[in-house]
Amino acid sequence: MRLGRRDPSQEFDPTQPLVATGNLRRRHFVSRAFQCLAVAAAVGAVAVLVIVVTAVVSHGASAINWDFITKGAPEGVGPDLVGTAIIVGIATLIAMPVGVLIALFLTEYAGRRSTRPVQLLLDVMNGMPSIIIAVFAYILIVEATKKESGLAGAFALSIIMVPLIARGTQEVLNLVPRPQREAADALGVARWRSVLTIILPAARAGIVTSTLLSVARAAGETAPLLLLSSLFKDETFQFNPLEPLPNVPVRIFQLSEEANPEGFTKAWGLSLILIVIILALGLGSRALLNRSKRKMS
Amino acid sequence: MSATPPAGSASLKLARSNRQSDSRKRADRVGDLSLRLICTAAAVLAAIVLILIAKEVIEGAQPAFAKYGLSFITHEEWAPPLEVFGGKGLILGTLITSAMALAIGAPVAISIAIFLALLAPDGVRNVVSPLVEMLAAVPSVILGFWGLLILGPFLAGTVEPFLHEWLGFIPLFGTPQTTGASIFNAGLILTIMVIPIIASVSRDLFMAVPSDLQDGAAALGSTRWEVIRGVVLPTTLSGMLAACLLGLGRALGEAIAVSQVVGGGTESHISLFRNGGTMASLIALQFPSAISALHYASLYYLAALLLVIGVAANLAASYVGHRFGGAPAR
Repeated sequence: MRLGRRDPSQEFDPTQPLVATGNLRRRHFVSRAFQCLAVAAAVGAVAVLVIVVTAVVSHGASAINWDFITKGAPEGVGPDLVGTAIIVGIATLIAMPVGVLIALFLTEYAGRRSTRPVQLLLDVMNGMPSIIIAVFAYILIVEATKKESGLAGAFALSIIMVPLIARGTQEVLNLVPRPQREAADALGVARWRSVLTIILPAARAGIVTSTLLSVARAAGETAPLLLLSSLFKDETFQFNPLEPLPNVPVRIFQLSEEANPEGFTKAWGLSLILIVIILALGLGSRALLNRSKRKMS
Repeated sequence: MSATPPAGSASLKLARSNRQSDSRKRADRVGDLSLRLICTAAAVLAAIVLILIAKEVIEGAQPAFAKYGLSFITHEEWAPPLEVFGGKGLILGTLITSAMALAIGAPVAISIAIFLALLAPDGVRNVVSPLVEMLAAVPSVILGFWGLLILGPFLAGTVEPFLHEWLGFIPLFGTPQTTGASIFNAGLILTIMVIPIIASVSRDLFMAVPSDLQDGAAALGSTRWEVIRGVVLPTTLSGMLAACLLGLGRALGEAIAVSQVVGGGTESHISLFRNGGTMASLIALQFPSAISALHYASLYYLAALLLVIGVAANLAASYVGHRFGGAPAR
């Protein structure tokens, strides 16, 4: 901390008005300049978000109408929406139990020695590039069965979702008030009963929140589906997860690779639908979490 | 734990409750054990999946590794029809784009975090914080699509010629191409992707700095910036480093958005304005249409390299975060 250096030539004058001079003035200036930079950075980030979302909305809005959402190719993208719903749904069914159980393991059962490695494991899984998970699922499933499938895509997405759900659930489980657990213990309730009937219900909103957030993340993941579910039949609705399912992210990717203005419009429309779903999931889960946190504390 | 009536009670009623509680105790023992086992199994399953990922990817890379060894890293030519594969250009592309993302993104993100944690009034923070996190929620394929159609032409038409004219003597700022697909574009898209990650982790760090320390510095006459510079930043240095490593991990591994805007080249060059490729983006572009076993193996080789670098970045982040105090990296 540099404090203002005293100038020996300047005598103390009690009648001088109390305004910053010399060094202090410079320090105030520096301080204000850096604060302005920080504000500018925040404004910049929000501006980028606004620019991207505006571009998607302004280009995509014209593409969207009832036929676009409900019909198959060439005029609509219904099959893509259905396919994404199926794939993400299956992925959630796989990932949610596993994620919640891992969180339970961390908060209820793990000793001092096993907590760190499992946390680290989740960190590494969370930071694992999705393209590598895609390559892994390709080797494991597609090379073995010689066929792409929606199920393989769902498997890869679930690997991406598990650490997110586990992390979020763990946070809310830690928020469950200590007295509630102790009261159950004091009444002689067995640990598994108190977990199933007291702790998990108390954390329900948090579990739903983290699951919704992971669904939002998975719905936009492109790399796994590009490798695992991209050779789909184009025109019609597909419901069989053992076949490659058409899906939104891969369709956007494919349309963006073709230099075709009509395709671009379609891709903008799809982007708009996807971004609206994702932002709605994000905002909804945030509201839910805030409400439940207020209730708990 | 459970309340057991005194053993050997003569009363019929007590005996019945005793029997009941015996069966209940047995159920509890089974229930406790099975829930513990199921939870442990889930954790073990995650570990197995992680190990399997490493094993399968590295095994898949074996043919390419046997053929090229480590010279894969220094060899430049990538020509699938000729069965010649070398990763130098892609590794260089990955490093340049990620370095650019961090060089621009880290200072901006940390400034945002300073604003959110220390400067903004509550009302502003509660609005801006979720917005910054929403930036992280925008799917990479949409960001890439935007980068391709809107950012790319803007860069190629305005920014790149300007930079080339003024800074063209630096080899980084070479002659711009007309398409807008360039390393520069990819770096900017990655910047947008790493900012929310670094910003939200650093914001949590800054919020955790004890206010006693800050108040003390302020009481000694420090200005706002001097408090930040002298107290907040030094105490959270390791955490910020961890946050940057997390951002680096994300930038290195991003495949889709980069493959949309980078142009799909494979040569090694350091001009930001030419098209190029990164390891992850090339896997995404060529994997669906790989033409030979060696082509697949070489892509697996890239994936294995990426895996090693990515895991190393995450472990380093976790190590730095825990080892040198501060809030643990998320």
